[in-house]
Amino acid sequence: MDSIFVYCETEDGIVADVSLELLTKGRELATRLKCKLEAVAIGHPLETVGSQVFPYGVDVLHLFGDARLSPYTSLPHAAVLVKLFREEKPQIALMGATSIGRDLGPRVSSALGSGLTADCTSLEIGEHEEKKENKVYKNLLYQIRPAFGGNIVATIINPECRPQMATVREGVMKKEILDATCQGEIKQYDVSGYVSDTDFVVSVIDRQVEKSKTNIKGAPIIVAGGYGVGSKENFQLLHELAAVIGGEVGGSRAAVDAGFTEHERQIGQTGLTVRPKLYIACGISGQIQHIAGMQESSIIISVNNDANAPINSIADYVVTGTVEDVLPKMIKYYKKNTK
Amino acid sequence: MSLKIIVLAKQVPDTRNVGKDAMKADGTVNRAALPAIFNPEDLNALEQALRLKDAYPGTRVTLLTMGPGRAAEIIREGLYRGADGGYLLTDRAFAGADTLATSYALSMAIRKIKDYDLIICGRQAIDGDTAQVGPQVAEKSGLSQITYAEAIQKVENGRIWVKRRLERGVEIVETALPVVLTVNGSAPECRPRNAKYVQKYKHAKTLTERQEAGSSYAQLFSSRPYLNLQEWSAADVNAEVAQCGLSGSPTKVKKIENVVFQAKESKTLEPTDSAIDELMKELIMNHTIG
Repeated sequence: MDSIFVYCETEDGIVADVSLELLTKGRELATRLKCKLEAVAIGHPLETVGSQVFPYGVDVLHLFGDARLSPYTSLPHAAVLVKLFREEKPQIALMGATSIGRDLGPRVSSALGSGLTADCTSLEIGEHEEKKENKVYKNLLYQIRPAFGGNIVATIINPECRPQMATVREGVMKKEILDATCQGEIKQYDVSGYVSDTDFVVSVIDRQVEKSKTNIKGAPIIVAGGYGVGSKENFQLLHELAAVIGGEVGGSRAAVDAGFTEHERQIGQTGLTVRPKLYIACGISGQIQHIAGMQESSIIISVNNDANAPINSIADYVVTGTVEDVLPKMIKYYKKNTK
Repeated sequence: MSLKIIVLAKQVPDTRNVGKDAMKADGTVNRAALPAIFNPEDLNALEQALRLKDAYPGTRVTLLTMGPGRAAEIIREGLYRGADGGYLLTDRAFAGADTLATSYALSMAIRKIKDYDLIICGRQAIDGDTAQVGPQVAEKSGLSQITYAEAIQKVENGRIWVKRRLERGVEIVETALPVVLTVNGSAPECRPRNAKYVQKYKHAKTLTERQEAGSSYAQLFSSRPYLNLQEWSAADVNAEVAQCGLSGSPTKVKKIENVVFQAKESKTLEPTDSAIDELMKELIMNHTIG
């Protein structure tokens, strides 16, 4: 009763980063609310999930191991969560805002009649006063998310319905081990009590999932380009600079849409959220949606020939010039000064 | 083989052009203050339906939209591109609905339409970006779902093969009809309006719009029944008012804030050799790089 549940995605038995990030957040919330943090993993194989999640401070791990539950399909996973949540009555349920979490979450919320907030960027605990009914709700989950294309930030609450459900994108929360020696309780379930044969209506015929080619999320230095870079050829300059100073290359949505760089490098509200030590924004004007994904970078350099680009207001250094002019100079003087 | 397809489409405020008066004091959207457009991914969804119509003659594509009276525009836009008809679900009781209350109303309308093989909608709408209504409509309609669809490969013997676009790859899935499909923005763009259909449907109107137009068109609407767009209220689809709109929404907006970023005091440099030399020295010195 009243625990915080995190649905853990697994691929080949490895728990997804986004799930570990949510466990970190879940632990913080559970400590604050003085309740248990519980994790659910559904699929196959699940043998090492316990050793992966317990260091994050999970009190109870619910395992639904069955080869038929991997790869993910909507109905069987939804059936497990709906029944489990009816039995366990969690106060909060969190999942990643991935193609799995965003497929599963709404289905579960609809079946339970509980509210779900997608793509939260912050989760807090607070109270709410309903003045008309003279009622005060304590310890509600504030589900904070951008709305309206990132132009506003809304705080959403579910005063009456439980669980309070939310999804969060990968990289938005920080992943932090609580204690490597932590141990918790494991509950193994017989899947047949939760899923019926008729739930297996969708079959996955072919599946080609690549391991990520880039490591933008963990990179200490990111050289990112926007529409202002001008061409795919000019983007090569960003790759050169990144290679020399030991960084990764990212792009704004406009640069990705224009075909200058790959989708998996997109930084911003609909892409990755990053917080590197150094962020070099090249030809990026600074749409709200982009800034939302990189504003926590420690040092920001903006290279832009428009002195009034909005991104300049959050930059530590503004170099007023073109990418073609400035980047080769940065490479040259980095090399010169590190010799 | 012909199919009966329902396309769920939403008229959305163009969030790429948001002004100050976009939000009301209660935290809901002031739709009247914004340009209204056909939700982009719903257009991708419509295109998938129209391709099935091209491939399987006799297929009928029907739009279903929920919104204020002016959302009838969405149905006309669909008709101009090749759809065959549409329903506008409109009632004050639907106002302020979150995704769950929206899905409830849509599923009740779908129940009333009753006869369908496939429900297709966009993955998400640009005003909320939640991607929740598709799966929730599926759950409430007792149907399975295929989200993130990029292409329908084939439909055969009551089964459908779909390519899904995931974060780091693709998946081919197969299932029995009927099913709910949500279509990704990476799917082909919707075809443009067809001049022939624009001519045919430009006077297509809902009952409310016909009443506003006055009696001069009365003759036209009785001689061309396809110009009559169906308009349904909550009562028409047997929706319980308590489950609609704000009262049927478990989520509440507690607070809305404008996004303000912390401005920094920035150092501005000219792109000269000496300035960039200095910059790189500084970054190396303070261990930011190197």
